[in-house]
Amino acid sequence: MSNKEKHWEKTKSLMTITLVIWFIFSIFIFMFGEGMNTASFLGYPLAYYMSAQGSIVVFVVLIFWFANKQEKIDEEFGFTEKEDD
Amino acid sequence: MAKEKFINQGSFIQNLPKIYGIYTGGFLAFILMMAVAESAGMTAKTIGIMFVGFTVCIYALIGYLSRTVQVDAYYVAGRQVPTVFNGMATAADWMSGASFVAMAGGIYFGGYTYMAFLVGWTGGYVLVSSLLAPYLRKFGCYTVPDFIGTRYGGNFARFAAVCVLSLASFTYVTAQINATGTIASRALGIPFELGVWIGLCSILLCSMLGGMRAVTWTQVAQYIVLIIAYLVPIFWMSNKNGFGIFPHLMLADEVARLGELEAQFGLVKNAAADIKAAGVPGGLKSISLPHAGVLSGGMHAWKFISLAICMMVGTASLPHILMRYFTTPSVKAARKSVAWSLFFIALLYTSAPMLATLSKLQLMDPTLATGIIGKPIAEVMQIEWVNAWTNVKQAFIADFNGDGILQLNEWFMRGDVVVLSTPEVAGLPYVISGLVAAGGMAAAMSTADGLVLAIANALSHDIYFKIIDPKADVRKRLLVARSLLVVIGACGAYIASMRITSILGAVAWAFDFAMSGLFFPLVLGVWWKRATREGAIAGMLAGLGSGTAYLIYVGPKFMAQTPWLGIDHLRFGIIGAVVCLIVMVVVSLNTDEPDRATKKLVDECRVPSGKTILGKQH
Repeated sequence: MSNKEKHWEKTKSLMTITLVIWFIFSIFIFMFGEGMNTASFLGYPLAYYMSAQGSIVVFVVLIFWFANKQEKIDEEFGFTEKEDD
Repeated sequence: MAKEKFINQGSFIQNLPKIYGIYTGGFLAFILMMAVAESAGMTAKTIGIMFVGFTVCIYALIGYLSRTVQVDAYYVAGRQVPTVFNGMATAADWMSGASFVAMAGGIYFGGYTYMAFLVGWTGGYVLVSSLLAPYLRKFGCYTVPDFIGTRYGGNFARFAAVCVLSLASFTYVTAQINATGTIASRALGIPFELGVWIGLCSILLCSMLGGMRAVTWTQVAQYIVLIIAYLVPIFWMSNKNGFGIFPHLMLADEVARLGELEAQFGLVKNAAADIKAAGVPGGLKSISLPHAGVLSGGMHAWKFISLAICMMVGTASLPHILMRYFTTPSVKAARKSVAWSLFFIALLYTSAPMLATLSKLQLMDPTLATGIIGKPIAEVMQIEWVNAWTNVKQAFIADFNGDGILQLNEWFMRGDVVVLSTPEVAGLPYVISGLVAAGGMAAAMSTADGLVLAIANALSHDIYFKIIDPKADVRKRLLVARSLLVVIGACGAYIASMRITSILGAVAWAFDFAMSGLFFPLVLGVWWKRATREGAIAGMLAGLGSGTAYLIYVGPKFMAQTPWLGIDHLRFGIIGAVVCLIVMVVVSLNTDEPDRATKKLVDECRVPSGKTILGKQH
């Protein structure tokens, strides 16, 4: 496998992990909204909290994490951009 | 030309934090000044005019200072917008009049069921960052159809993409111009139709001379105004009433209290016949859904999820958002910039439910001075703000049971009014209402700017320059781009002035149109080398066609048939996108593989380093 192919393999698996986490917090948990609401977080019913803040915070953190991780992958294979590309 | 040079220099970019720091300070000083003026006896109307007028003038000034005669500055802001600032600009671009004015109102009436919009309008950014933004940035395109046209080749693919883009963005832009009209007419005390045209003029002032560059720097300024305008009333109300110093973490008791009050007053859904008989003006609603409670049953869960899916996938296909990531200096910066965008968006979105909670509680809790539910109607009618809003038919009281007491299901209000009226309801000084009006104006204007520019750029770059006249010189290209901007803005304003849609219905449609026609052609263009030109064209046309057909089939204002599996007119993108995917894959597999050059192109765009695929000036 060439350098480019290896880089793309790693990129793809990072994308998959990212989208799995995304799926859990954007779709999966809301299948169980009713059950979730019997639990609470900070005193808010859990399903309400997740839709109002929880999932949104997860998304923000997830994208920052993804961006850093992808930068590491690029670095590993020598694809980091030069300043004046 | 001296100013042109000033803004082009690297020092301008380096000084951005300072410049916007001073700007923010100046704006806060202006608010204080207005507060002083209010206590000195300045009338509410003058304050409103000052707020809207002052901020709009600032945006116009920025637009003027950012004027340009260069193609890459006009289309992609010279690709030098730093990550954090691009994040702010995207956030303003993103948060429309609907987010600012209608979202808290939607939660106010819809409670948890409506909050699928919150999840959808934020979750989509994960798709943008992991699937699209960095790759499109590496491509170096000016517009979204530019990517489609180059990746798949041929003018027809480019043309189909322009069609989807125009339809989606235009649906969206009329709603925004509508919102600027509503706010301008209220704040300036002028008729709605005139407000729409004034709104349009201010939108064009920001974008015409400097294109993307001007829009970028005004959007940053608009973000600052809108976020201050959104957060100040929330913190103020929460602290004034002793609900909690930091409302986002401390409103649990209030949410629980709303549940108690719902049980006490009862959630009654009024019969359509009753509403009609009482003469409730169209578009006004009463609270009939639980605030934090989840309705039981799989269908409700599916409705929540399907709405979230449409908004997420739609987010990742809306060209005015994707094109913001063409302006960053590098691929790396594009990724980071998506993260910052969502951070800035989250500041407002996580606040919307808190605003809805606070304003709802203030109306519903009879133990609070501001409460109106459960009080005698005659008494309620004496309240100044109730009077003001009922007079303009934005609020309504219908005494269904004839007991003279205002019940929860007897109080009607327009969703958009919730945010705009909250400061008055809570008895905050008028300065806050003026601030909110300025914020709403900023939100609607910034989105309208981005949208009008997205359409005009696609038409001028992809249709005019790439298809009609590839030999046109820079002057002619920019002239065409600017003329189109005016024409499209005017069309949007004309349609908005006819008032055909409510703000939110149309906004959700834009997402559905975009996801029907663009999501898979964009994503597969990067992630699936086997995707062919014929596949992409067939996918775009079939997706958009089937989505639109389904919308006409279920749309309440069209054929109004029973939706299939709960996929109603807000969710028709699900049909369109699925059809698009299937058609695109089937047709791609049955046509010749893309040639080696195309495959190389895709390989290139997957690697962040190296030159962009399309030249710096193309």
